[in-house]
Amino acid sequence: MIVPWVVAVLTAVVLMVWVERRMSALIQDRRGPNRLGPLGLFQAIADAAKFIFKESLTPAGADRPLYLLAPLLALLPALTTFVVIPFGPAIEVSERTLRMLVVDTDTGVMLFLALASLGVYSLVMAGYSSNNKYSLLGSLRAAAQMISYELALTLSVVAVLLPATSLNLAAVVDYQVSKQWLGFLPGWNVFPQALGFLVFLVASFAETNRLPFDLPEAESELVAGYHTEYSAMRFALFFMGEYMAMTTLSALGVTLYFGGWTLPGVDLAAVAATVAGWCGAPQLFGLPLASWLGPLFGFGVLMAKVALWLLFFVWVRWTFPRFRYDQLMRLGWKVLLPLALVNLVAIAMLTVGGVL
Amino acid sequence: MEIAVFILFALVAVISAIAVITHPNPVYSTLSLIVTLFATAVLFVLLGAPFLAALQILLYAGAILVLFLFVIMLLNLRRQRSTSPRGRGQVTVAALGAVLFFGTLAASLLATGRPEPGALAPVSLHQLSRALFSHYLLPFQIIGLLLLVAVIAATVLARRAPAPEEER
Repeated sequence: MIVPWVVAVLTAVVLMVWVERRMSALIQDRRGPNRLGPLGLFQAIADAAKFIFKESLTPAGADRPLYLLAPLLALLPALTTFVVIPFGPAIEVSERTLRMLVVDTDTGVMLFLALASLGVYSLVMAGYSSNNKYSLLGSLRAAAQMISYELALTLSVVAVLLPATSLNLAAVVDYQVSKQWLGFLPGWNVFPQALGFLVFLVASFAETNRLPFDLPEAESELVAGYHTEYSAMRFALFFMGEYMAMTTLSALGVTLYFGGWTLPGVDLAAVAATVAGWCGAPQLFGLPLASWLGPLFGFGVLMAKVALWLLFFVWVRWTFPRFRYDQLMRLGWKVLLPLALVNLVAIAMLTVGGVL
Repeated sequence: MEIAVFILFALVAVISAIAVITHPNPVYSTLSLIVTLFATAVLFVLLGAPFLAALQILLYAGAILVLFLFVIMLLNLRRQRSTSPRGRGQVTVAALGAVLFFGTLAASLLATGRPEPGALAPVSLHQLSRALFSHYLLPFQIIGLLLLVAVIAATVLARRAPAPEEER
């Protein structure tokens, strides 16, 4: 089950490099990279080749073990957090119901948050070990920013878990399938929890260090922040880590607020059974074809939603100017955190009152 | 299999814990502490408490130690050797404390004996929260109050001293 995730996350990185450049060009009325391959699609391959063949420099006076470890740690949360995100209808395997998520536990989304919170170490270690004042400043900013916004992010997630009465994200998806708002809206959490969704969205920008909150790498002030001294593949790892974190966080957001792998009014398991019926319902590796198609369709729906969310990330990046540092802190502590608390209390009251 | 995982992570925990107190560079000490916490989290999972493990990583490794690192980096305590003198009194007290601690630990371990395998059934989140908010409600609230007091105290201490005290 881990294979589709790894493939999807890595593909997302490659595609996002291209999407980001083409879309920024579109927004700024330029052409963007369009020479290599159809629509410039192979640009990412050229970028990767360039990164691989460049020289990896280590600055004098760098703390070498930490300097080498930091870019690797950048990938750790990105390559582990998706294990708790469900991606398809449950299937029957040798008379056991198997839910489509890699780690099916009570702990659920806590595991996501715990692993995601470790991402900050990569930035802090990179900044500390580079022996460069810009790097150090960038990583100090990163540490403060990520801790501040983690609170708001976690509180908005908690509000989603309350009506679902479980930390397991599969239960959150089931809850959204079982509901319908105002008689015609899908049962997505984004409607009753619009406030929490807003907090989650803003905090997720800050958590992934994307504009308008990319203070840790603000070019105009800090050269490139924590990765100033990194070159070649080591720099590329930070770059990939950022896009992977965007992808997994988008997957979390889609699961929490937009019904995850489900489509409103469509039973993907039934669709898979019908399609399998057209093919004569063969067995594949000891499982009926429908058991393969269901998760496949679910994963496709999830990834389509994630893609839209990622496009939104890019759109915002090229539309908004960067915040100032004091504005960032004020927004995090004095606006988002109280809003998240208000949302949490309101949702708790509505849940106990039986409205949600 | 479980024994192998236990031994591996117990070793990691002990070695990194030793590194925390012996490493001359405070940044490495903090990072070793993170490794210790991680290894302990794995031990929690082995004991059937994955929620506790996730909390430990989320709160300690993910938040509190970041602040430790933050302060250390801000003060720029690079490669500073400990200069505090170690008097004979300190060593004696420390040795005495260590002997007492291990004595208590060994005594309590010997008294309880080895639990049966499988005696530690994984605790579900519902059981845990039910116990926390009914049977242990008072201790829970008191801990909350204690944390609140600590937060207020920290705010008071961190506040800039009022103007008249400047001549100090």
